[in-house]
Amino acid sequence: MKLFDFLKGFMLADMLRGHKVTLMNMFRRKVTIQYPEEMTPVSPRFRGEHALRRYPNGEERCIACKLCEAICPAKAITIEAEPRKDGSRRTTRYDIDMVKCIYCGLCEEACPVDAIVEGPNMEFAVDDRSKLIYTKDKLLELGDKWEVSIAERLRKDAQYR
Amino acid sequence: MEALFALVTAENALLIAKNLALILCITLPLLGAVAYLTLAERKVIGWMQLRVGPNRVGPYGLLQPIADAVKLIFKETIIPADASKVVFMIAPAMVMVPALIAWAVIPFGEGMVLADINLGVLYLLATSSLGVYGVLMSGWASNSKYPFLGAVRSAAQMVSYEVSMGLTLLSIILMSGSMNLSDIVMAQKGMWYMIPAFPMFVVFIISILAETNRAPFDLPEGEAELVAGFHAEYGSMPFALFFLGEYANMILMSAMTAVLFMGGWLPPVDMAPFTWVPGIVWFAAKIAFVLFIFLWVRATLPRYRYDQLMRLGWKVFLPFTLIWLVLTASAMHLLGKV
Repeated sequence: MKLFDFLKGFMLADMLRGHKVTLMNMFRRKVTIQYPEEMTPVSPRFRGEHALRRYPNGEERCIACKLCEAICPAKAITIEAEPRKDGSRRTTRYDIDMVKCIYCGLCEEACPVDAIVEGPNMEFAVDDRSKLIYTKDKLLELGDKWEVSIAERLRKDAQYR
Repeated sequence: MEALFALVTAENALLIAKNLALILCITLPLLGAVAYLTLAERKVIGWMQLRVGPNRVGPYGLLQPIADAVKLIFKETIIPADASKVVFMIAPAMVMVPALIAWAVIPFGEGMVLADINLGVLYLLATSSLGVYGVLMSGWASNSKYPFLGAVRSAAQMVSYEVSMGLTLLSIILMSGSMNLSDIVMAQKGMWYMIPAFPMFVVFIISILAETNRAPFDLPEGEAELVAGFHAEYGSMPFALFFLGEYANMILMSAMTAVLFMGGWLPPVDMAPFTWVPGIVWFAAKIAFVLFIFLWVRATLPRYRYDQLMRLGWKVFLPFTLIWLVLTASAMHLLGKV
């Protein structure tokens, strides 16, 4: 048995087996995802960039209940509110500090009217931190931009809630 | 120096110009091949690891070597304060130059050789051993502990494997009866030496892996324990020269393998469709094949431990090649060829 092992080592049997594996792998399909062109699938539960949504008639959903501000563990949300001319209560200021935000999704959980949501977008890197203080206008704009995929995402996740 | 200038006379000026042109004809394509070998290495290892390898610079990443070169050229050359400056700067050239001058005796085809000298094999052995001086000098001149340890390892390793390499070459010389590389190639017309001397072919391939400090014998630059080994203190162009030297050495050793074991420029079968292809293409294909083995081994095997490396060199290869040398000599004697 010892002689057999010796001969096996001498014939480089183990090495050849290893080389066979690497050679086979060379012709297998590659697993690389070429990121800017290709993306991995994003889960409906993915918590990305925030957005403020509107009703289909264009009215903003947010009613300035400040539940999101209260629950935010990072204190990233700042809201100021007063009644509008038509008597409905609306925010005058809705800022999210995206640097403070920990993307826990609790604001979205707390919202009674599905106004603040975290969308699927993760590509919002900027070259200046001041650009990461999102204002109400910016958030509403993002809501308009991503509405289709946000609605799809909420619909898919609704059955588990 | 004056004696050198005295050589340049009206009669041989043309000859010197012709030789210089020939040298450029060998060196420039070689440097290009070195650049693209680095790309080939990254691609092949990438494929073997189920990745795609560099593909961002140019189509299929084909301009990557140029981007790398530009990056290295524009970096600052840093010389450590305690380094021995002259030796420190000469060392990279001492690695690069032997890998280039050895090409003088490599035959690219029938009669296509710069210096058709009768001691070609000896010249190759001599120049390929010179590379170790550059490594030693860099390790010593860096005046830093990791490069020094790397250089000592590298020197010991290169010297050890030179022995088994020399002995494999001896059996080839016995079989061909000549030390002229062109004659050795022509002697393989019927059968490449890798067939009757297959064990020697394997030993030679493993030895050149160790000789060029490539995986699995890349202990001199084992990053786990020695950072980067003998060139840890180098950056910018001096580092690039080490890098080029290592890859030029790989190509040189592959060319040696092709000449000594795989019939140089000869086609695999001496028949019509194979003989149409020019010899230099066969030679290049054989070099490429051996280079592929280099990369393949690197993608497959983990690094050897230092004592395993020394054991393999002195306790396995040395006796084995010696026994094979005696067997070859006996066989040649019995066949009545000596």
